[in-house]
Order: sequence, then C-alpha cells, then structure tokens
Amino acid sequence: MDVSAKVIEIIAREQHLDVSKITLNSTFAELGIDSLDGVNILFALEEEFKLDIPDTVAQNMKSVRQVVDSLTRVLEGKDVSDLVAMAKGESSPGVS
Amino acid sequence: MRRVIITGIGVFASSGKNAKSFFTSLLEGRSAVRRIQQFDPAQLSVQIAAEIPDYNPLDYFPAKRLDLLDRFSQYALLASKEALDSSGIQLRDEERPRFGVVTGTGMGGATTFDSGYYNLYAKHATRVHPFTIPKIMHNAATSQVCMEFGAEGPALTTATACSSAGHAIGEAFHLIKYDIADMMLAGGTEAPITFGMLRSWESVRVLATGNGDPSKACRPFSADREGLVMGEGAAMILLEELEHAKQRGARIYGELSGFGLSSDASHITQPSIDGPARAVRMALAEAKVSPEDVDYINAHGTGTRVNDFTETQVIKEVFKDHARKVAISSTKSMHGHVMGATGAVELAATILAVDQGVIPPTANYTTPDPECDLDYVPNQARETPLRVAISNSFAFGGLNAVLLVRRFE
Repeated sequence: MDVSAKVIEIIAREQHLDVSKITLNSTFAELGIDSLDGVNILFALEEEFKLDIPDTVAQNMKSVRQVVDSLTRVLEGKDVSDLVAMAKGESSPGVS
Repeated sequence: MRRVIITGIGVFASSGKNAKSFFTSLLEGRSAVRRIQQFDPAQLSVQIAAEIPDYNPLDYFPAKRLDLLDRFSQYALLASKEALDSSGIQLRDEERPRFGVVTGTGMGGATTFDSGYYNLYAKHATRVHPFTIPKIMHNAATSQVCMEFGAEGPALTTATACSSAGHAIGEAFHLIKYDIADMMLAGGTEAPITFGMLRSWESVRVLATGNGDPSKACRPFSADREGLVMGEGAAMILLEELEHAKQRGARIYGELSGFGLSSDASHITQPSIDGPARAVRMALAEAKVSPEDVDYINAHGTGTRVNDFTETQVIKEVFKDHARKVAISSTKSMHGHVMGATGAVELAATILAVDQGVIPPTANYTTPDPECDLDYVPNQARETPLRVAISNSFAFGGLNAVLLVRRFE
C-alpha cells in the first residue's frame, strides 16, 4: 500500500482540497489545518488504516511527511518511544 | 427607560423558508405537516412531521463549513442572515461588543447525536467522530451565529424545552433594556426529526398520528384534536434599542415591551394554571398594559387536550370578561411544534400579525369543544388592526415564557 498517496488523499478529502495542492512537503500551517482539523484527520486516518494513533505520536504530526513517517512506523509495529519522548512535556492537541 | 424595537425578522421553517413565504402560508391556513422524508418512518406508529421541504444543506453552505454544522446550527444561520439582511443594518466594528446573540434550543444537535450513537451502539464503531461535541453542544448555534456575523457582545443559549426561544428572546430584550447591549439577534432553532427522537416522543403519547391526511393532523382547540405534531426550523429576530434604530432610519416592525417568566413548580409534564397565568400577568405589567388592551394571543396551542384546556383556563383567569373578546390562534396547527424554536417561530408570526394587521388562523378547526369556548380564529385569517399581542410558551418542566409585542408609536 502506498501510504503517502493514501494520506494525501485523506487530507484532501477531509479539508475539501484538491489532491494536487498537497505534497509530502506541505505543512499543516500551509494547508490551513488547525488543531480541530488535525483531530479530524487523525480520526479519518484511524478509520482508514484500522489502527489507533497514540496522542503522543499525534502531537508530532505537523506536516504531511510527519504524518506519513509516523503512520508508517505505527503500521510496521515499530517502536515509537522516541516519538513519545519527543512529545513529552508538550501539551496535548489544542482543543479546549 | 430604554425601549426595544424589532427591526429584522428571519424565518427558516416548514411553512416557509423566509419570513414572507412563511407568513403568507399561515394566512392561507396551509399546513406543512407531511409524511417524514428525512428517514424511513415505516417502523414508527407516528410517521408525520412538519419538515422543511426539499432541504439540501449544500444549497446554502460550502462543504467544508457543513462539516461543523448540525442541522440546528444551519437553520439558525439561515434565519439570522435573513433577520440581518431585512434590517438593512451595516455594523461598524466599534458596535460589535454591544451586539449579541441568544438562541434557544431544546435538543441541540439531535441528528448528530442520533447518527453518532447509531454508529457506536448498532454498528459497533470503536470511535465517535471528533466533530460530534462541537456540533451537538446546545450553544453551537449561538456560537456559529456570533462567528458568522461578528457579534462580540453578550451571547448565550437557553434550554427550557418548548419555552427555550421565548426565554432567549426575553433575555435578549432585557439585555438591551437594561443597557448591556444595543442590538441582539435572538430566537430559537431546532432539528429534532430523528428516529430516536420520534420514538421518545411517541412513548409520551402526545403525538397526533395523522392517519389519513397528515395536513389535517394538528387540530388545536378543536374537540376532535389528536395531539401535537413535531416540527423543525428556526426563527431569529433582530432587536434594537430605539434611538440606535432611529439614527439609522430603520424600518420598525413593532416594539417588544413585556416579558413574563415563571415556574409551575408542580409537575414535570402537566402544566398548572397559576404558573402560566403569572407569566402572562408579568408580561402585561412590564409593558404597562391592561388585559383589555390585548387584541391577539398567539397561543402555545399544542393540540393536546391538557394544553388546550389549561391554556383556555389561563386566558380566562387573566383576562376575565375580555377573554371572550380577545382573538386567539395556534399557528402550530400549520408549522408544527418546533420545540425549542417554537417561541421564536410564533413570535415572528405575532410580530407580522401586528405589523400587517392580520391574524393567522388556527387551521384544521372542525368541532367546538365545550371546555375550550373562546375565539380561536378558526381556519380563516382575520384582518383587524392590532395594538398589543402576546405569544405564549408553556414548556414541559413547567417553565413559562410570555412575550408582549405592541404596535410601534
């Protein structure tokens, strides 16, 4: 499965954007994705890939490439503790 | 004392998707009740409602915006837009902190709740959509209206069942009268036509089944009444402080000059006579009018036996001899019971009646009831100059709201 293509497709669908507007290098800020949009994209990814994305991993997803990298590692069942460590001390996704 | 006047009206309801078509439909005595089309009602014993016909949200909102709007917020936004457009107001940025919003809703985002729980319990979904909470919360409509139209002043939501919108408009009225705000968009919104909600109301045994012709199902004050019919929609009223409106040469629909509110404190569903009567008297007292000055009562008039009998007794109690002279009608016979929005939908009808000097009828009235023996303006609209009118909302839970409108002089 091409994770990158699927991620871009899901982000495009959830943000109501054209797929051609999104690349691996796009940041969430550039795409106008705010914290609530981010939570919505996480939900769509979890539904699509049938997995749970831990909050600590989710906090590092601020660009399309970060989403693809994190998701690939979760899918491969790799250790994500370094991502968890990176996120430590940061606040949870900003929805009040 | 600051005076509060009505300078804008917006209605998005089963009887019409704007104030003009809504009121025209009422004057023609046309019922909007029909077989439910939002979902297949085949399993229900009650299969009718007053739905907004042919409603497609994408006709009104971009897809991205809709992601965060339950139907009840959509209706509030559409009614608000008409209220503001009809007022001709051009807000200046420095006025925004004195411009606020109050909406009433009984159920909030009922359709979002219903589909979310269906996925969770019936389809065994392991997650619920993250927009569920921001869509269902009762204040979502108020917040969306504030965001859309830049209202930065006092804003809140009332949830008092069938009196929600009456309380919302009354609160907004007092916020202007007591110098907390200069302009308020106030009203109510409800989108309760879901399988779960219909089932719940069905079991209370107050719904008309409308076997045969759905448009004849709701027959308030008629001896052959069968119960209430659920409706949906929104109405929003723009209230403005008199001098503020005068300065910009606003078109004035009428003056809101009395608000009465009370609690029965007796029973969770059965209305009392004392509670509503106190609310009516309070509205008259605030407006400094006597019972004889009231020409028209837009009744709560649900079409249940208990309501019709109690409301008739309330009117006799407060108005004494004048009870037999005052014109009373229930427009719910046509637009259905719009629950938390109903007080706003009915106030819109009341304001337009005073403004145009014509009373919308009680539709489907066929048979006089010896216990309900007042003038319910049966079936035919009546042209007559109106000085003062009141709109009654008596809710489940015994929380009452009465609004008084007078012709502006």
